[in-house]
Amino acid sequence: MLVGRSLFAATLAGMLALATTPASSQTLRYANQGELKSLDPYTLNESTTSAHLGHVYEGLVARGKDLKIIPALAESWETPEPTRWRFHLRKDVKFHNGDPFTADDVVFSAERVRAKGSNFQSRVPADAKAVKIDDYTVDFILTSPNPILTALWATWYIMDKKWAEANDAVAPTPAAATTPSYASLHENGTGPFMIESHQPGVKTVYKAYPGWWRKPEHNLKEIVFTPIANPATRVAALLSGEVDVIEPVPVQDIERVKASSNATVLTGPELRTIFVGMDQARDELLYSNIKGKNPFKDVRVREAVYRAIDVDLIKNRVMRGLSTPSALMVAPEIFASKDSIRPKFDPDAAKKLLADAGYADGFEVTMDCPNDRYVNDAAICQAIVGMLARINIKVDLLAQPKAQYFAKVLKPGGYKTSLYMLGWTPDTLDSQNVLHDIMGCRDDPKDPNRGEANLAGYCNRQFDELADKVLVEADPAKRDLLIKQAFEVSMKDWAYVPLHQQALAWGVSKKVKLTQRADNMVMLYWATKQEE
Amino acid sequence: MLAFTLRRAIQAIGVMIAVGIISFSMFRFAGDPVNQMVGMDTSGAERAAIRKSLGLDDPVIVQFGRYVGNAAQFKFGVSYQFRLPVANLLMERMPATLELAVVATIFAMVSGILMGVYSALRRDSWLTHVFQAVSLIGISLPTFLIGVLMIYLFSVTLGWLPSFGRGDVVHIGWWTTGLLTLSGLKALIMPSITLGLFQMTLIMRLVRTEMLEVMRTDYIRFARARGLTTRAIHFGHALRNTLVPVITVAGLQFGSVIAFAIITETVFQWPGMGLLFVQAVQNVDIPIMAAYLMMVSLIFVTINLVVDILYTIVDPRLRSTVSRAH
Repeated sequence: MLVGRSLFAATLAGMLALATTPASSQTLRYANQGELKSLDPYTLNESTTSAHLGHVYEGLVARGKDLKIIPALAESWETPEPTRWRFHLRKDVKFHNGDPFTADDVVFSAERVRAKGSNFQSRVPADAKAVKIDDYTVDFILTSPNPILTALWATWYIMDKKWAEANDAVAPTPAAATTPSYASLHENGTGPFMIESHQPGVKTVYKAYPGWWRKPEHNLKEIVFTPIANPATRVAALLSGEVDVIEPVPVQDIERVKASSNATVLTGPELRTIFVGMDQARDELLYSNIKGKNPFKDVRVREAVYRAIDVDLIKNRVMRGLSTPSALMVAPEIFASKDSIRPKFDPDAAKKLLADAGYADGFEVTMDCPNDRYVNDAAICQAIVGMLARINIKVDLLAQPKAQYFAKVLKPGGYKTSLYMLGWTPDTLDSQNVLHDIMGCRDDPKDPNRGEANLAGYCNRQFDELADKVLVEADPAKRDLLIKQAFEVSMKDWAYVPLHQQALAWGVSKKVKLTQRADNMVMLYWATKQEE
Repeated sequence: MLAFTLRRAIQAIGVMIAVGIISFSMFRFAGDPVNQMVGMDTSGAERAAIRKSLGLDDPVIVQFGRYVGNAAQFKFGVSYQFRLPVANLLMERMPATLELAVVATIFAMVSGILMGVYSALRRDSWLTHVFQAVSLIGISLPTFLIGVLMIYLFSVTLGWLPSFGRGDVVHIGWWTTGLLTLSGLKALIMPSITLGLFQMTLIMRLVRTEMLEVMRTDYIRFARARGLTTRAIHFGHALRNTLVPVITVAGLQFGSVIAFAIITETVFQWPGMGLLFVQAVQNVDIPIMAAYLMMVSLIFVTINLVVDILYTIVDPRLRSTVSRAH
């Protein structure tokens, strides 16, 4: 009788367990154009990789569906003084191998992420100290105030100290690693999924982690990821129901996918800003028929180029409506001010400006453009060539694959361009990154990293002073005002021609519900899939 | 005979060296690998450190020496994208490509020979005209277009066949095969037809011409006069005599089937060496590009060498001219 009762109880308990377990029984198949190149979370600072690893690893903080910073492995934090940040860690968090998560892991990760070979060294300032107060409290002591310290921490993933030490993975896997490291082929995070198998460039299988501290919003048992580089094949795989989610959908296929019976397209503005830059640093342009001087040094010529480009036409014709013309060098989700209005498209005024500057007959210049990096990149450049031709600037377009394009125009290639198109998402999701990296002076002796991606060589010391103030200002209202002032300075200088934010386009099966985040990170722990 | 073999072997090595030089000089224009290895906002100092540790800062001649030295020992280093040894990556991908190439070749031979024989024997049948039209399509339409069209017909519209990948594979030692599972076999159909279509038309046309030629020869006429069955004449005598050149061509073409698999593999996301190579080109993964090019040229050179040697064994006339030349 006793046996019978306990058996009955066990059966009942089993049935209850079955009834209460969320229906985490679905397999979601996901295809992306890029590959997951390394499982070491400190090897490659690129958003697709970070999104993948965000399923298995977690940071002290995370970004929510609206991109707001939310607590993750840190339950809460405060700044008792401007240069000291105190983080209270979540208890009862376990890594996938069962190791408990403690302050030691945070201190270890802070060292590892700044070590030689890490591509994420800027996540934690080099001169900051991470100090363990007790097992669940960590202090970060800074040398100067940094109001956006945690802005980058959603992709600074915390690793297990014990695991790393046991597997000879204390040092980060460098980009130029000559021997495969354990951490680049295995993971041990705290996140909602574990990697069950990983064949680089072919297939990666994620399994749901039952011990995750958060209550899952997804109902997935596993995620099967396949990179499919060919856009036509990727779309076909979605339409035939062989995959559930693809990213991206080519602009020209969006209507077709939407019209299909089993899939649709999630679109929304992406944070990336596409813009045109003009070399205003050299005394003579590298690629132009004007010798002995640089027309782009003349602010009137820059204004003329700005006013000659019709962003609405680009939106309607080239982007098929899927772009948001931009007045600023950052997306409105990052910084918006009602005073920042894009100056009007005005080819007649542009012609007059050119004439005033002494180029009534125009001039010739070569434009560099990637053709496999941004949505319809080469087509946008082609459109710009036509628009500039109307004000007699004869543009010779050099559109190349990104490998060749970036090798030519970026700093290691010597900024070899006179006119170019580039896209940029500040990974901090904060304007300061753009003010510093894209628009700061290239020759600042105190800060050699300033203006590293400023291919145009725009330089205004007053602008840099404002950018420096933005870095340390803790009061959000004052900070916003400083950012606004900085952008106004650059607009008065006609420093750059922001074009638009391109649109995200994710192809999603009608069986799947998914949250789209504007930073284009596909986070499948918010996905639910209908029972088959 | 030995001298002949030696001479051909030395020529083959010369070809390999030439391929090495040409591919090395091409890498100069492939772009900067470091850009593909780190995030966009990586500092210049960090980039410079990576360049240095990859040896990209050394003088071109030093880099070339290192490249040739390593290639001679079949050491291809570590992939820039995956941080894994290139040899392992290629070994992992090789079964997919070889399986696809073999199945495609068998498809091309079987259907090419059947269509060729039929169209030679029934020159005015409507089916012959259909075959001719198919062969025209096979020769003139580019591979990727055929692949995409098939995907839209059989995967998207009809939902019969998978649009990408290899399906489930079975591991036999280090080899993986899709021939033992249903999904693996289904996944093979479209890629192998796409890849084999060009060879098929080639073989069909070859068989047809050879057949027509042979059918006019005296011994066929004599066989007919002797009262042999048509079947015996066509397949026992005529077809057998057409097969020698067909097999030669198919053998020589096997190298290009492997090389052309690049396009088919890209269209069908077939996880073989060709796809690996295309991804390597996009990401300036020089170690993979170098290893792949050397390997494909090795395959070509080996096939040609074997065919040359076999010829001299099979055809005594060739041997006598060779020995007379000495």
